[in-house]
Amino acid sequence: MKYIDEYRKKDLILGVSSEIKKISKKEISLMEVCGGHTMAIHRFGLSSLLPPNISLLSGPGCPVCVSGQHFIDTAIAYCRQPGIILTTYGDLIRVPGSESSLEKEKAAGKDVRIVYSVLESLEIARKNPGCRIVFLGIGFETTAPLTAAAIVEASRHKLRNFHVLSAHKVMPPVMKALVQDGVKIDGFIAPGHVTAITGTGIYRDLPETFGLGVVVSGFEPVDMMQAILMLVRQIEAGKPGVEIQYQRVVQQEGNLKALKILNTVFRLADDHWRGLGMIPLSGMKLRPRFSAFDIEKVMPLGVPVAAEPKGCICGLILRGLKKPTHCRLFAKKCTPADPVGACMVSAEGTCATYYKYRE
Amino acid sequence: MCLAIPAKVLSVDGPLARVIIGDTEYNASLMLLDDVKAGDYIMLHAGFAIQKVDEEEARETIRLLNEVAGYSPDTDEIH
Repeated sequence: MKYIDEYRKKDLILGVSSEIKKISKKEISLMEVCGGHTMAIHRFGLSSLLPPNISLLSGPGCPVCVSGQHFIDTAIAYCRQPGIILTTYGDLIRVPGSESSLEKEKAAGKDVRIVYSVLESLEIARKNPGCRIVFLGIGFETTAPLTAAAIVEASRHKLRNFHVLSAHKVMPPVMKALVQDGVKIDGFIAPGHVTAITGTGIYRDLPETFGLGVVVSGFEPVDMMQAILMLVRQIEAGKPGVEIQYQRVVQQEGNLKALKILNTVFRLADDHWRGLGMIPLSGMKLRPRFSAFDIEKVMPLGVPVAAEPKGCICGLILRGLKKPTHCRLFAKKCTPADPVGACMVSAEGTCATYYKYRE
Repeated sequence: MCLAIPAKVLSVDGPLARVIIGDTEYNASLMLLDDVKAGDYIMLHAGFAIQKVDEEEARETIRLLNEVAGYSPDTDEIH
């Protein structure tokens, strides 16, 4: 098995599709939280295989999109300081801040480097003892343990010039915030790789308190169709619960080793989400014992918060309240080549996905 | 961003595994995952192995779906 091709078989997808059509009676909205799921749905045209009574909503699971302009402005402010090398995943390089982007700063001669892994940032720190390295920590529970592991490594090897600017976030508070905000959701297609780390315990109160179905899904079309079938079964039976479709990767208890490193390095903190504002305990900041690696502690800059770009409805799109096609900038003033909002920049942003696969 | 890809482990050397996806080899840090050995499949995410892929579960998922789709495993064998 290669664990990919088997999950793209047309016959299987169509078989599951007809089963969904057979049993689905209620008018329901399912939210795919993760940007990777949004991409898969559009890439494989899965909406067209569902009956009209099932709507899919895109959620706030694109870290680049929800991290907002202030994070980019802060990153830019750091890369403009003397003696700083800024390292980042490629996803962030083109995101517009209030007056620049990291790509523009790089073109203007600032030392901004794209890395595939945070481990490369450690290597850069080793090779440049005279510089401070600032790694942009972005991503959910899937990615944050990697940053944590790098900080543990830096601490172990006394690599004092390695620092992190953390915009890491956790998933459950925003899922609850959306429901409390009045977004009509009957069930969540929950993020497979986040849950591979966290385990399913983080979703426990969604069925219990809010009566919502939760199915943790893989990212191939067969996975997603099966996850939708499982949610439909839960909802039609009136028995919402937490189930795992992505059994080959996700275990109920998660990855205990990764969770231990994550909790050793990070603590939960209130955090700002584009379109949703401040959500209590939804972000991850470095614990005090690792403050030597926290650039915000070592070199605080106090970057002011600027207004979001005019006309951009990223915030409403991230809450599942509007679709990209409702935005008057979409595919006109805002395109992947010249994006206004973050949702158009990131490949997994809802706007970029709609743009790529638009009819 | 949370993209992780199944990769086959070729060899393990202390905290590092050599893995292959298609024809391309990568290093995978094992700082976040224990008990990885050659022949296993792991999910590779930005240079780290973040979880193992369970072959039994993978086959079971396909078997269940074949049932839903109305195929017998004999005529639709997965290799």
